[in-house]
Amino acid sequence: MAYDYEKSIRPGKLPHIWCPGCGHGIVMKGLIRAMDTCGLDRKNTAIVSGIGCASRLPGYLDACTLHTAHGRAAAFATGVKMAKPEMTVICCGGDGDGTAIGGNHFIHACRRNIDMTYVLMNNFIYGMTGGQFSPCTPTGAKASTTPYGNPDPIFDISKLAIGSGATFVARTTAAHPREIDRLIVQGIQHKGMAVIEVLDDCPTTYGRRNKFRSVVDMMKHLKANAVPIKAAAKMTAEQLEGKFLTGVLFQDTEKPEYCEMYAEVIKKAQGA
Amino acid sequence: MSGARLEIIERNCKGCSICVEFCPKNVLEMDVFLVTAPRPEDCIKCMQCELLCPDFAIKVHDE
Amino acid sequence: MAKKVALLQGNEACAMGAVYAGAKFFGGYPITPSTEVAEVLSKELPKVGGKFIQMEDEIGAMASVIGASLTGAKSITATSGPGVSLKQELIGYACIAEVPCVIINVMRGGPSTGMPTGPGQSDVMQAMWGTHGDHAAIALVPNSCQEIFSETVRAFNLAEKYRMPVQVLFDEIVGHMRERIVFPEPGELEVIDREAPTEGPDTYKPYDATKGQVPPLASFGSGYKFHVTGLNKADDGFPTTKASLVDAEERRQIAKVMDNVADIESNEEYLTEDAEVIIWAYGSTSRSARYAVNELRSQGIKAGLFRPITLWPFPAKRTAQLAVQCKAIVVSEMNLGQMIYEVERVAKGNCVVAGEFRVDGEPINPGQIMKKVKEVI
Repeated sequence: MAYDYEKSIRPGKLPHIWCPGCGHGIVMKGLIRAMDTCGLDRKNTAIVSGIGCASRLPGYLDACTLHTAHGRAAAFATGVKMAKPEMTVICCGGDGDGTAIGGNHFIHACRRNIDMTYVLMNNFIYGMTGGQFSPCTPTGAKASTTPYGNPDPIFDISKLAIGSGATFVARTTAAHPREIDRLIVQGIQHKGMAVIEVLDDCPTTYGRRNKFRSVVDMMKHLKANAVPIKAAAKMTAEQLEGKFLTGVLFQDTEKPEYCEMYAEVIKKAQGA
Repeated sequence: MSGARLEIIERNCKGCSICVEFCPKNVLEMDVFLVTAPRPEDCIKCMQCELLCPDFAIKVHDE
Repeated sequence: MAKKVALLQGNEACAMGAVYAGAKFFGGYPITPSTEVAEVLSKELPKVGGKFIQMEDEIGAMASVIGASLTGAKSITATSGPGVSLKQELIGYACIAEVPCVIINVMRGGPSTGMPTGPGQSDVMQAMWGTHGDHAAIALVPNSCQEIFSETVRAFNLAEKYRMPVQVLFDEIVGHMRERIVFPEPGELEVIDREAPTEGPDTYKPYDATKGQVPPLASFGSGYKFHVTGLNKADDGFPTTKASLVDAEERRQIAKVMDNVADIESNEEYLTEDAEVIIWAYGSTSRSARYAVNELRSQGIKAGLFRPITLWPFPAKRTAQLAVQCKAIVVSEMNLGQMIYEVERVAKGNCVVAGEFRVDGEPINPGQIMKKVKEVI
């Protein structure tokens, strides 16, 4: 029954800073449940973020938490993991932070296949700065800097992660809370770079500009348009128009993990 | 009797109404900016409200 | 037993100094003229169980260094002008979050791509003011291969002791020059390790000023759970906008350096006692200046050399004393006048302050310094 989230949250930190209806809180709950399921010792768990609404998440959690500079979570986390591979490293942040200003660090962390779990909350917008378009804002959508509609094509974050070499890539939405922790658990247990993209809602800066009348409208949109990858296999391209695939999109258990590769370097250097 | 007790942590509730809308049994209601649980006896303990509450503001307890 | 000697490049000496200091992590990105630091550390660090990573860019390199340092590993990066510019935001992060790290800047010409294989000394003001916001800085400017070795060790000591980034700047001439190095025995040079907290994880606060100007930093993965952020923060590490707390933290972070200038400062003086004219120079320029002093003396001109080894914090007290004692100070640097502003500021008009500069990619030679000295006296 009622889940004890409070034991994982630093005393006095709630209510959090996120707006009413923001899905980041749902993701944070999923992350807490996943860390519990994996039995993570919080003293040996580093949670690393960049800048933005989603990047405020680590501050609430009782662990080794590192709120870095805009876009740099994956690079800081790489340093933490390399220097102390025995730590579990989790990154979290938003779409702009992770794929625009931090895009280079993101793809290279994927390429190295370093053992960390990146929970990327994609709410299609820069929320904290007031709703400017991100690389994930749908083409044509309204943002505070696209008053005539967004001319930019988007990044498909999961495809980006797969193409860059991440070895566990999954997607779900804030409207699928049980799938959030199920996928994060798989990501943590996977040895290598795991990317869990959670499609999320920003009612304040995205929803109200884009004809979502309420938070609930946005949540229903996420719920209605998510298609589990297995179901998608039986659907036509037409039927899949405007949908997003969810579940484990890609997994490779053969590619060597980066810190293990470096351990071999150390052995060679020491003449073993 | 469903045997459920709904705890609402008013301090955390921001009144987004996700829980009210996603409750399959219409247990919850908005009282202007805060959620209330006027029909706890109808609760089937599906946990949707607790899972979807972004604000750590509602808990479903076994009575 | 005879000491181990070698003919090393300045950049190589820097890498070996890092190993001597106990460095366990290097994160970098290739950039001329600093690459040998990375090349040597890629070979040497894994031998001692350390880690070397070539990151995807300069910013990522700096980020990885800060992340690694938070686990307790002595961490270093090496770069040059454009790379230092890219790293500036995160140097500020290391300042405000108080994370020890060492940044090597092998200075080339600039701005921008400038002259990648030519020497420069035009990053010296950037070392102090490059990152935004109020902060203290420590920057060291060795002028020989042996001194690069020992100053790299000292940079780690200062970084760990004062819990902050420390920059070592040497121009391309010193970085690529080869000289005989005598390797110090273990224990011969002081090596300072990070102070661990005395209190347990339950009461630990990473910025608790009651623990002193430099509160001890716990390591991730050592049993302590705490929060690190680049936001202004309270003593517990969590963000705050409370005016009194923000003010106190900012002031403490500057005071921890400025109250300890005597510990951090290091200068060399040559024939300054009776000098009528002081040549104020650092890095490779100071080598030309020393030659100039000898030549000028042989011509009957009472010249002396003041050479800062710690450039930041600025050696204000001693420079001010010399300004009272001498008739003129000639500041010579491979830029169009940077440290001269500081010298002028503290000289307060007590002597003539003149500059001899060069930015054409050629070293400053003794002849031009001598010419300037003769002009001003």
